[in-house]
Amino acid sequence: MALAIPQRVPWYMAPLRLLRAIFQVRQFPGVAMAILVFLLVIPGLFAEWIAPHDPIKGSLALRLKPPMWEKGGSITYPLGTDKVGRDVLSRIIYGARVSLRVSIEGIVVSGFIGTALGLMSGYFGGKVDALIMRLVDISLGLPIILVALVFVAALGPSFTTVIALVTILLWARYARQIRGETLSIKERDFIARARVAGASHFRIMFRYLLPNVVNTLIVLATLQVGFVIIFESSLSFLGAGIPRPTPAWGLMVADGRELIVTAWWISMFPGIAIMLTVLSFNLVGDWLRDHLDPKLKNI
Amino acid sequence: MQRYITIRFLQSLLALFVMSMIVFSLARMTGDPLDVLLPMEAGEGERERVAKHWGLDRPLYEQYFVFLGKALRGDFGNSWKWQGHTAMGLVLERMPATLQLAGFALVISVVLALPFGVLTAVWRDTLFDSVGKIFAILGQSLPGFWLGIVLMWVFAVMLGWLPTSGRGGIRHMILPGVCLGWFQVATTMRLIRSSMLDVLDSEFVKLTRIKGIPEWKVVWKHCLRNAAITPLTYFAISAGALIIGSVIIESVFAWPGTGLLAVDAVRARDFQVVQAIVIVFAAVFILANLLVDILYAYIDPRIRYQ
Repeated sequence: MALAIPQRVPWYMAPLRLLRAIFQVRQFPGVAMAILVFLLVIPGLFAEWIAPHDPIKGSLALRLKPPMWEKGGSITYPLGTDKVGRDVLSRIIYGARVSLRVSIEGIVVSGFIGTALGLMSGYFGGKVDALIMRLVDISLGLPIILVALVFVAALGPSFTTVIALVTILLWARYARQIRGETLSIKERDFIARARVAGASHFRIMFRYLLPNVVNTLIVLATLQVGFVIIFESSLSFLGAGIPRPTPAWGLMVADGRELIVTAWWISMFPGIAIMLTVLSFNLVGDWLRDHLDPKLKNI
Repeated sequence: MQRYITIRFLQSLLALFVMSMIVFSLARMTGDPLDVLLPMEAGEGERERVAKHWGLDRPLYEQYFVFLGKALRGDFGNSWKWQGHTAMGLVLERMPATLQLAGFALVISVVLALPFGVLTAVWRDTLFDSVGKIFAILGQSLPGFWLGIVLMWVFAVMLGWLPTSGRGGIRHMILPGVCLGWFQVATTMRLIRSSMLDVLDSEFVKLTRIKGIPEWKVVWKHCLRNAAITPLTYFAISAGALIIGSVIIESVFAWPGTGLLAVDAVRARDFQVVQAIVIVFAAVFILANLLVDILYAYIDPRIRYQ
């Protein structure tokens, strides 16, 4: 084995190396985890204590203040203020709560429905399977943004509508994946034995099949959180997601859109928040997939 | 093969049928269309007359079948917001703009994803591969609407190289096209890379090398042909995804296509137009999926006999 000779690295490689370390997927995604904790979880849970200002009330006297490092900025409003004088940083901190809630509730509800139907579909087979799989096909074939627009026009923009839409969008992916796994697991011996021992269908599905697909579930869920966050912020951006004046990242980007020339910070910072969160979830998801469930390569 | 195609075709029709039902009932949930059609102070007699004129006084299922029968002939009624236009006419009028943008984005995604996907696989674990990976991960993490605003800010406002919005020459297409295409580039690139890696590992590639065929020919001819099956079928899916993704990008760049029309129509509660758009988009999407399935079955005989 050749000795590893430390090589002199040219100076211009340093930033590339740093980037490579951040994006190195096979290693533990520490940076990504830290971003999630400090950008999403802690602000989401403790927004009241962290945020320096009120996210909804602002004063017009203080409108359009630039971030603190620009000329005219002040330390009181580190990331500047928006067009009605609300602190951008505080709104981002409160916005983390919206993203956190949407992703947790959306993933849990859709995961629950999708898993239950997927298990039934794979376990019972036959007509049940055919029916559920047709529903899956239809659900995956929906142009979801359009359905969302129609839905929101019908029920009004609200948190519940967003969760419902996420569920409509995602349950089918769980159902299809879980069904596939169930089909192979149910042929194994321990399922036949459970049946001989007199276990009910319900018990077999949730006591014996479910624990065997948990890894898949975790990986699927993590890989989809990023998608849910982008979906929610896109809806909010179109005015079809979280209603104003709740601070949601997508809404904030939309608010700053016409002011991009004069006050770039209003839409830039929430956008960066979305990007970092989604990026981190994708990296963590990739890592989890490689470690828990390598066969899910194609998702 | 014929039987397989027939079954898949019927399934697609069923999906479209269910879609139409969902759309119809959702559109009716947006509120009483009479409220939009009539001024606030309209009397009871006036309401009845208008309801009769539009067929809104008949039972709901009857309204649905009337709707379905007309929809099959491409007739979705007249737009309520844009007076003097039929809903389908509006959709068809705006469609070329959307197709142009989506087509441009598709071209971008093929032109970029193919060489980069192949090269990242060939030069695996080099700096080039890492940069490609960063590019792909960013593409899957950037929210399209925000990317649009940033690109507009940098290239249109600060540098002044490209126009900010609207439809015109090829210069107008570049920013929205890149925004729309980036996600597809990222996904396709990863697909090509992983299937190229599989092929590069196989025995026949070693044989071609032993035979002394030049390396570029091994990669671009022998490997790519075998690795292209999965990504090729994916292009059909991405065509559907691009058309649907246009809703957001078109409203960022004020691109006068069907996506922008959809947002406007929903805001104005224009049922007829919303129905027409969603059905047409769903049909395109379902058709793309059907084509993919047939293509797969054509390439891989095992699927036909399942």
